[in-house]
Amino acid sequence: MADARMPTPAPGSVAVPTARPGLADGVHRFFDSDVWFSFKRSPITIGAAAVTLLYFVMAVFGPWIAPHDPFDLAKLDLLDSLIPPAWMADGEARFPLGTDDQGRDLLSAIIYGSRVSLVIGFASVLLSMVIGIGLGLISGFVGGAIDAFIMRMAEIQLSFPAILVALLINGVIIGYFKTHPEWQVDQVTLAYVVLVLSIGLSNWVQYARTVRGSTLVERNKEYVQAAHVIGIHPAMIMWRHILPNVMGPVLVIATIQLALAVITEATLSFLGVGVPPTEPSLGTLIRVGNDYLFSGEWWVTIFPGAALAILVLAVNLLGDWLRDALNPKLR
Amino acid sequence: MVAFIIRRFIQSLFVMFVVALVSFAMFQFIGDPVNQMVGIETSLAERAALRERLGLNDPIYVQFWHYIVNAVSGDFGLSYQHKRPVADMLLERLPATLELSLVSALFSLIVGIPMGVYTGLNRDGFLAKLFLTISLIGISLPTFLIGILLIFVFSVMMANAPPIPVFDLFTIYPSALQLPSFGRGTTVDIGSWRTGLLTTDGLKALIMPSITLGLFQLTLIMRLVRSEMLEVLRTDYIKFARARGLANRAINFGHALKNTLVPVITITGLQVGSIIAFAIITETVFQWPGMGQMFLLAVQNVDIPIMAAYLMLIAFFFVVINLIVDMLYYVVDPRLRVDAGKVSGHG
Repeated sequence: MADARMPTPAPGSVAVPTARPGLADGVHRFFDSDVWFSFKRSPITIGAAAVTLLYFVMAVFGPWIAPHDPFDLAKLDLLDSLIPPAWMADGEARFPLGTDDQGRDLLSAIIYGSRVSLVIGFASVLLSMVIGIGLGLISGFVGGAIDAFIMRMAEIQLSFPAILVALLINGVIIGYFKTHPEWQVDQVTLAYVVLVLSIGLSNWVQYARTVRGSTLVERNKEYVQAAHVIGIHPAMIMWRHILPNVMGPVLVIATIQLALAVITEATLSFLGVGVPPTEPSLGTLIRVGNDYLFSGEWWVTIFPGAALAILVLAVNLLGDWLRDALNPKLR
Repeated sequence: MVAFIIRRFIQSLFVMFVVALVSFAMFQFIGDPVNQMVGIETSLAERAALRERLGLNDPIYVQFWHYIVNAVSGDFGLSYQHKRPVADMLLERLPATLELSLVSALFSLIVGIPMGVYTGLNRDGFLAKLFLTISLIGISLPTFLIGILLIFVFSVMMANAPPIPVFDLFTIYPSALQLPSFGRGTTVDIGSWRTGLLTTDGLKALIMPSITLGLFQLTLIMRLVRSEMLEVLRTDYIKFARARGLANRAINFGHALKNTLVPVITITGLQVGSIIAFAIITETVFQWPGMGQMFLLAVQNVDIPIMAAYLMLIAFFFVVINLIVDMLYYVVDPRLRVDAGKVSGHG
C-alpha cells in the first residue's frame, strides 16, 4: 500500500521528498473515506448523484446533445408550433417532447434551459459564498462592534424570505439601469446580472453565520496564536489558516443553496422578472407554457416543470446526504 | 416579563428603523423622483418648484426624518405609475392577502400537526414513511409549480374528464369536483373589508390558492412536530406517565403533544411573515387580487413607493407577530413564568 502511494523516482534522478500529497494520493484517500463508504451504501444518493451528473453533462455539452438550437430564431418555424409529444396522435419524431408556441423543440429548450438555470444558480451561489464567507470571517475574527453590526444586519435580512429580498434587489437594480442609460447592456446580459446579484445578495446570511461560528472556535486555537506570534498579517491568517478549516460546513450549505438558487431563479423567471423568453431558462419556459394550460397544450409547461422538479429534488437529496455524511455526530 | 417585553419592543423598533432606512435608500438608486412624476413638457422652473415643494432640496437626514414621520402616520406617498396614494392601494388589497394567508396557515396547522403526531408515534409505519417521502418532494417543488399542477388537475383535467360510472350504481362526475382557478369568486363588502369567506363561491376559490401557499409550511410543521414528538417520547416523564398506567391517548396528547407546542408556535410565528411574502407567487399563479400581485407589478414597473411601503408593511407584520409569539411563550410554558420571577432582578 505504502509503495503504491509513493511517487516512483525516475532512474538517475535525485529523490526529492514531496511536501504535498499528490493527486493519486488524494483520490486514494477519497475512496478510503467514510464519505465514500456512506455514499456506496445509499442507493437514493447514488441515484440523485447520477441525475445531477446527467444535468451537468446536459448543461456543459448542451449544444452538442440537443437535437435543435432553440435560441436560433432563424431556424424556428411557426408552422411547427404546439406539436404534441412524439407518442401522441399528432406528434412528430423530430420533436420527442413536442414544441412550444414558437415552434421550439421542447427537449432542446429544456436542455438549454437547464444550462441557463444551472449557470445562474452556480454564479449566484458563488457570489453569496464569497460575500458570506468574507463577512463571516471578518465577523468572527475581528469581533466587537463590527461583529455585532454584521450579525444584526444578517438577522434582519434573515427575517425576510429570500424571494422577497431577491425581488426587491431585482426591482432596484432594474430601476438603476433604466435611469442610468450610460450602462450599455443588452437585455439578456442584464437579466443574467440582475438575477445573479439578486439571488446572490439575498442568500449570504447562511454562510456568514456558519463561518462566523467556526471562526470563533478556530480563532483561539494554538496554530492561530502561533501565526499571530510570528507576525503574520491578520488578513493572511484569515485567508491561509482559518479559511481552509471552516470550509467543511460551507460545502454542505452550498449544495443545498444551489437547489434553492435554481428554485429562486425559476420563480423569478416565472414571475416575469427573470430571464427573457428569447433565451429561456426552465422558469421562463414554465411561464410561457402556463398560458397554454387551459387550451390543452399541457406539455409546454408540464415537461419543463418536471425537469425543474427532478433537478431540485436530486440536488436536495445530495445535499441532505452530504450534511449527514460530513457530520460525525450522526454516524 | 415586563422587562423582557420592553426589551423585545425596543429591538422591534430598531428593526423597523433599519427597514425604513433600507426602503428610504431604495428611492436614492432610481435618480430624480421628479422625473417619475412629471411629463416631458414640464418646464425646468416647474420642476424646480416641485422639487422644492417635495422637500428634495433638504439635507438627506431631514428627508429621511420626514419619510419616517409620514410613514408612521400612514402616508407612503403616491405611486409613480398610478398617481394614487400607496396606503389606499395597499389597504384595498390587504383583505385578499390576509384572508389567503390566514386560511393557508390554518390549513397547514390543522393538517400538519396531526400528520406530525402520527409520523412521530408510528415512526416505522408505512403511512408515516409515505408522508415523509411526500414531504421531501413537497419541499423540492417550487410554490408556483404546485399551483400550476393543482390548476392542471382540478381545473383542466376535471373539466375534460368523462363521467365515471361505478358498477351501474351511481356515476362520478369529475366536472363537479372542478375548482375555480382564478380570482376570488364572489365577495361581500363589510365596511371597507372585502371578504370572500362568506360565499360558497369565495370559499371554493380559496381552496387551491391556500393549499398551494400552505403546503410548504405543512411539511415544515409536520417534520417539526415529528422530531419534537420523538424527542419528548424519550423523556422520563413520559416513561413515568406510562408507569402510572395512563391511557395512551392521555400520554400522547396530554403530555407529549403539549410539550412540542413551544417550537411549533415559534416556527408558525416566523412562517406567517414568509406566508405573506410567498403569497406574491401564489397570487400571481391564481390571479388573486392581493398585495403580492400589486408588489410584483410594482417591481416590474420600478414603482419604488409601492415597493418601499410593501417592505415596511411586511416588516411591521413580522415584528408584531414576533412580539405576540414572545408573549405566547409565557402563556404556553409555565416554566418561563417561574424562571422570569427568579431572575427578574438580572433581567
